[in-house]
Amino acid sequence: MNSPQLVASLRAFLPPEAVLHEKEDMRPYECDGLSAYRQTPMIVALPQTEEEVARILRICHAAKVPVVARGAGTGLSGGALPHAEGVLLSLAKLKQILELDPAARTARVQPGVRNLAISEAAAQYGLYYAPDPSSQIACSIGGNVAENSGGVHCLKYGLTVHNILKLRVLTIEGELLEIGGDSLDAPGYDLLALMTGSEGMLGVVTEVTVKLTPRPQKAQVVLAAFDDIRKAGNAVANVIGAGIIPAGMEMMDQITTRAVEEYVHAGYNLEAAAILLCESDGAAEEVAEEIDRIDEIMIKSGATEIRISRDEAERLRFWAGRKAAFPAAGRVSPDYYCMDGTIPRKNLAQVLTGIEALSGKYGLRCMNVFHAGDGNLHPLILYDANRPGELELTEEFGAQILQMCIQAGGTITGEHGVGIEKIDQMCSQFKTAELQMFHAVKAAFDPDGLLNPGKAVPVLRRCAEHGAMHVHRGEEKFPELPRF
Amino acid sequence: MQHTVHQLADTIRAAAENNTPLLIRSGGTKDFYGNGPLNPFNTVSPVNPVSPPGILDARAYAGIVDYEPTELVVTARSGTRLADLETELRKQGQMLAFEPPHFGPDATLGGCVASGLSGPSRASAGAVRDFVLGLRMLDGKGDDLSFGGQVMKNVAGYDVSRLMTGSMGTLGLLLEVSLKVLPLPATALTLRFQMSEAEAIKKMNLWGGRSLPVSATCFYEGELTVRLSGAVPAVRAARAILGGEEIIEGRTFWESLREQTHAFFQQGKPLWRLSIKSTIPPLLLPGKQLIEWGGALRWLVADTNAGADTEAVQIAVRKAAQDAGGHATLFRSYGLHTPIFHPLAPAMMNITQRLKEKFDPDRIFNLGRMYPGI
Repeated sequence: MNSPQLVASLRAFLPPEAVLHEKEDMRPYECDGLSAYRQTPMIVALPQTEEEVARILRICHAAKVPVVARGAGTGLSGGALPHAEGVLLSLAKLKQILELDPAARTARVQPGVRNLAISEAAAQYGLYYAPDPSSQIACSIGGNVAENSGGVHCLKYGLTVHNILKLRVLTIEGELLEIGGDSLDAPGYDLLALMTGSEGMLGVVTEVTVKLTPRPQKAQVVLAAFDDIRKAGNAVANVIGAGIIPAGMEMMDQITTRAVEEYVHAGYNLEAAAILLCESDGAAEEVAEEIDRIDEIMIKSGATEIRISRDEAERLRFWAGRKAAFPAAGRVSPDYYCMDGTIPRKNLAQVLTGIEALSGKYGLRCMNVFHAGDGNLHPLILYDANRPGELELTEEFGAQILQMCIQAGGTITGEHGVGIEKIDQMCSQFKTAELQMFHAVKAAFDPDGLLNPGKAVPVLRRCAEHGAMHVHRGEEKFPELPRF
Repeated sequence: MQHTVHQLADTIRAAAENNTPLLIRSGGTKDFYGNGPLNPFNTVSPVNPVSPPGILDARAYAGIVDYEPTELVVTARSGTRLADLETELRKQGQMLAFEPPHFGPDATLGGCVASGLSGPSRASAGAVRDFVLGLRMLDGKGDDLSFGGQVMKNVAGYDVSRLMTGSMGTLGLLLEVSLKVLPLPATALTLRFQMSEAEAIKKMNLWGGRSLPVSATCFYEGELTVRLSGAVPAVRAARAILGGEEIIEGRTFWESLREQTHAFFQQGKPLWRLSIKSTIPPLLLPGKQLIEWGGALRWLVADTNAGADTEAVQIAVRKAAQDAGGHATLFRSYGLHTPIFHPLAPAMMNITQRLKEKFDPDRIFNLGRMYPGI
């Protein structure tokens, strides 16, 4: 089916403004948060109801037209990059909070509802939606499900997969799957988990029932400075070894603190090699006791300076610096590239040393922000896309960081997804039989491969072409890299 | 140990080639759970318990592979005895926070993950699947596959680890599992209140919506029992807010629920498990009920008086659970002949069949234990 035919069949039930096909109208949909990759789709469709989504899918399925679902477009791995011969299916207009049940602590929402909007609606009942990705002001819950989004509080409160109960999902055939339930478990295979983080490859989410969490009485944060990043890493292990699960535990290196301080004046110690933010929440008495213990552990772990938030304003100021890390990167550099590896925390120092060496090798600066509690590392490589060749160097640098994460026993993506960006690194993390199983799972839902083709799981041919960089579990690659 | 994996893979490949079914069974503590020949209540074709045919036993593949307490992760082989694993964790002041039921001393980690069952703390701490970070398995072709990993956050590839959790061995043989572990609570205490069932359901939901360290709840015969666990000041503060009477044998009580040694579970009659929306008022079904998980889990020992219409009871139970936003499982059938698990909608069954086909193309693993053909 060519573009005019498809436009005509979609306009048979969608208003004209919900079917875009002129290049200039489709420009806003060319990329998601990973703007280095751009592609104009054949058509953009903006349905308003589940039934419209189902009809679009049925038409595309019959005509064998690829479909790429998109929420708010804040994703960082190019998961919503359009397909040139496909329909870009925006779920942004499905943005109703359908039901909020304070007694059962659940909310039933459409996929285009913003993450933060759920917490705002639940606030009057003393409840909130726990996963808080940094983009929560803009990102949609449908996108959160597709990426299994986390945030800075997930060691204690879990990821998206731990905080949803039920999904309504349309298959590419336009058939409705009701997955999960209002109960804590469901019969049969755990398709709720399988769907979460599946990057729009298995179905299109049209409704999400989320769990709401009671807002803790109090939260307080310890800000500790260290003269050595190793000591900061040990401090994290010591806190957890003492039986404390902090509500949030974040680390920033010196280049990061200097970049953000200039911008938000959080009051960070700029001489420190690394700073740690460690938050406690719960009942007032509980927080007071836990903060005392954290304070003591930080001292014993060699902190050079410790500050404890005295009030809510100060707590938010301490956090403001962390939350401003990405924008700060954008201020100190024309462009930056955010990586998303996860490693066992014990290997932090080695990985950071490796990143420093690569930074020297490529002549590119790198800021490191780290969800220290759960091992999720976000190196931000600073570059200038206007300098010829610098983007390519940056990507190579990034690929080598991910390679190090795999070798350190970790993973290429903690929370941003594979998308188009890390598709080649999938060949390194998984062996052929495992990738084949992923393709088989995809085929169980979408036998024709029409949903988000080319993302998340590489075709084996692509891995063969990439064979030169294939490393699997400890088999050494990149011999030029420092070993650790 | 790699030798054991090769042997298991050879067995699977031979079975696939000859189309001979395999029953995955290690400690055998959960034989009663599910359809098919392992279920001792299945009087049609019970397996000879002494030398059952085609048993695939993972107990030779046992032991902890890696345990880093400060990483909050343990990786162990599936044949590891659950009790041994929990002992090792306790030595480091940690635990499996989902409090898995053992149902016998020989329960293994593999059986725990494959059955997907969680204990009294489920509503507050999460279920087995919430703690599974990664696993290694053999599929129906005998291929050795690993998914997920040993880190808390990992979105590379589909979440096959959680798909395997609770799949009752119908998709493959688990070899190793990595689990998130948590510190043991500093303290715990158990409170008891006298009240009606309707009032108890309201209270459980009310307290669940407040920032309180409630870690388990149970209502039975006019008594609401609540466990508080966590930091000492948090438990102390909550104790003052909630009131009630502290009972000293709390630990024994919660264990009797987890292991179903409590008198309620020992009636020798069919036991239904209704997993529903927590706020649903008392379910009017014939028989005795016990409530857990803040109202979200209702156990029912159905009346099976002579002349009772078992078919009608079964239909009523399934409908009640479905109307309440959930599902019903015939947890212990005691000879009642009806499918164990709640029927799936046709679209869901379609996907289920296709997944089974992908993981186990020759249909050798635990065939029919979940659903016909699955």
